[in-house]
Amino acid sequence: MSVFEIVRFAIRGLFTNRLRTFLTVLGITIGVASVIILLAVGNGSSKAIQASLDRLGTNSLQVRSGGGGFGPRARATASSQKPLTILDAAALMDKSQAPDILQVAPIASTNGTCVVGASTTTPSTFYGTWPAYYKASNTSIQSGSYFTNDDVTQGRRVALIGQTTATALFGTASPIGQTMRCSGIEFTVIGLTTVKGASGFQDGDSLVLIPITTMENSITGNQPLSSIIVEATSSKTTDAAQTELTSILDARHGISGRKTADFSVFNQASLLTTASTSSKTFTTLLGMVAAISLLVGGIGITNIMLVTVIERTREIGIRKAIGAPKGAILSQFLIEATILSVLGGALGVVAGFVGSHFTIAGTKPVIVPASVFLAFGVSILIGVFFGGYPASRAASLRPIEALRYE
Amino acid sequence: MAQLVAVVAAAEAVDSVVDKQPVIDVRDAVKRYGVGDASIFALDGVSLTIDAGEYVAIMGPSGSGKSTLMNILGALDNMTSGEYFLDGIEISSMDESHLSIVRGRKIGFIFQSFNLIPRTTAIANVELPMAYQGVKSKERRERALVALDVVGLGDRINHEPTELSGGQQQRVAVARALVTRPALLLADEPTGALDSKSTADLLDLFDQINAAGRTVVVITHELDVAHRAKRIIRMRDGKIVSDDLNKERVA
Repeated sequence: MSVFEIVRFAIRGLFTNRLRTFLTVLGITIGVASVIILLAVGNGSSKAIQASLDRLGTNSLQVRSGGGGFGPRARATASSQKPLTILDAAALMDKSQAPDILQVAPIASTNGTCVVGASTTTPSTFYGTWPAYYKASNTSIQSGSYFTNDDVTQGRRVALIGQTTATALFGTASPIGQTMRCSGIEFTVIGLTTVKGASGFQDGDSLVLIPITTMENSITGNQPLSSIIVEATSSKTTDAAQTELTSILDARHGISGRKTADFSVFNQASLLTTASTSSKTFTTLLGMVAAISLLVGGIGITNIMLVTVIERTREIGIRKAIGAPKGAILSQFLIEATILSVLGGALGVVAGFVGSHFTIAGTKPVIVPASVFLAFGVSILIGVFFGGYPASRAASLRPIEALRYE
Repeated sequence: MAQLVAVVAAAEAVDSVVDKQPVIDVRDAVKRYGVGDASIFALDGVSLTIDAGEYVAIMGPSGSGKSTLMNILGALDNMTSGEYFLDGIEISSMDESHLSIVRGRKIGFIFQSFNLIPRTTAIANVELPMAYQGVKSKERRERALVALDVVGLGDRINHEPTELSGGQQQRVAVARALVTRPALLLADEPTGALDSKSTADLLDLFDQINAAGRTVVVITHELDVAHRAKRIIRMRDGKIVSDDLNKERVA
C-alpha cells in the first residue's frame, strides 16, 4: 500500500462529493484570506499613521499655553496664567541651559481672509513665525524662496503660501512675485511651499506664513504666541529637550510645587508611540477576528469529516474486511482532511493577495509576509488536527459493526 | 506488521510441504454477550475442523449462532474463549490490526448485500484487496482482469455497482474474493438477495471454484443452497447439532 495509492483513494473520496468538498474548502479559504487581508489592513493603517506622523517631524516639541488638564479646574487657573511670549521663545535658545534644543520657532496665529481681485480664501493656517520654523515643522518650498531672518528683523511684508491658497487666489498662474491682501495688509508672495497633504481634518496646504514681526506690527498687535515649536538636536534627545524647556519655562512662569503649569508640551515622538500602540491594538483585534474565522473553518472540516466517516461507515467496514490495515484507513481520512485544508489554504492565500490590492475602509492594505506563512501553516495544522479525530474514529471502527451499519 | 507478514509467508511455505493441516481448526469456541445471569451464549463450545478443498455449508435458523460463527471464522470478531487456527496460524489472540492482514491474505469474503465500494468501478473493486497487500499496479490489473473473466464479467470491468444487476454485483464480489488467492472462500448468505437464475449461476460458480481446489464455506438458511455443498453442518442454540457428508454430492 503506497502513499500514492492512499492519496488516490483520498482524492477519489473528495471527488465523489464535490459540492461538500467545495463548501468545506471555502470555509478554510475565507479563514485564511481574512487573516491575510485583515492583518494587511491593520498593517496598512499603521503604516499610514506612521507616514503622516513622519511628515510632522519626530524631533519637534510643541509648547502651548494652558495646562494639560481639562474641565473646571483647568479653567480656574486661566486667570493666573502667564501667556507665552516671544521672550519665552528667546529664553529657550540659551545653549547653556538647553543643550539639546537645536532651534526654536515662536508661532503667532490669526484668522484672516486673503484677497486677490475677486478671489478670496481663508487659510486654515495663518502663522507669523521666523525661519527656524521651516525645519522644525518639516516645511520646505517647491518654488520661490524662504523669508529670512533679515525679513523678520525688518518686518517686511512678504509671505510663503501653500498650494491650496495659491490655487484659490491665483489659479494656475505662478504666485511668486504676485501681491495679495491678507487682513487688509498687502503682501508679496515670495515662495510656494511643498505640498504636505491633509493631516487629519486639516488641509496642510491651506497655508500662509509671514514674518512674526510683520504680523505683530501690522495685524495682531502685541498678542501672546499661540505656540512655540522646539526642535531637538535629534530624535533621541527629544525627551531631554522636553525636560530642559519645561524647567526654563517653569522658572520664567513661576511654576513650582503645587502650582499647575500654565503651558503644556506636546511631544511628537510620544504621539507616535501612542498612535502605533493603538494601531497595534487594532491589528491584534483584526487578527483575532480573522483567527476565529479560521478556527470556524477548521471546525467545518471536523464536521464534514465526521459526517463523511459516518456516511462511509459501511465502506470502511468493507475495506477492513478485505484487509485494509488500520493505518491505511487512518491515512486515507487524514489525507482527505489535509487536502481540504491545504487546498483551502492555498486558495485563501491567492484570495488574500487579490483582496489586498483593493483599498479597504480607506486604508491601502500592506501584506505582512509572516501572516501569509502563518495562515497557510495554521490551515494545514488545522486539517491534521481537526481531521485527526474523525480519521481515528474511522480507523478504529470494528469491521463487524461497520459492516452491519445501514 | 512485517513480522506477521513473514509468519504468514512461512506458514504458506510449510503448507506446500505438509499440505495436510486443516484450513479451519476451531477448538471449543465460546462467544458470550453480556455478563452474569443476563449473558447469552451465541456460541457455546463449538469445535470444528475443515480441511483444504472442502465445500461446507453451515445451516441453521436465525439465532442459531451461525452468523456469529461466520464472524469468528472470518476473523471479523473475537471469541470469548477457545482457540482458532486459520491455515495453521493461531489467530484467537490477535488484535484487530493484525487480523486485518490475516483477512486480506487468507480469506475471501462474499456477503449477502454484495458490499462493493460504491461509486467505484468493478475492476477497481477487484483490485482493492491487492492494493492493501501492496501488489504492484500492473500485476494487480492483470490479476483483476483474469478474475473478472473467470466470473464472466470481462466486458463489464468499467461499470460501477449501480450499473450492474444483483447477480453481476455478486460475481464482482466473488472475483474480488478470489483475486488474492485466499485459503478460504467464506460466503455469508450469498444468494439471499438474488433471483433464482442468478442464484443458480452463482452456485455453479462455487462448484467450479471448489472443483479448482479452493476451500468454500457457505453460511445459509436455504436448503437448496446447502445441498450443493459436500458437507452440511447444522447449528442450533450456539451448538453444532449435526455434521454430515452430503450423500447427493459425495459419491
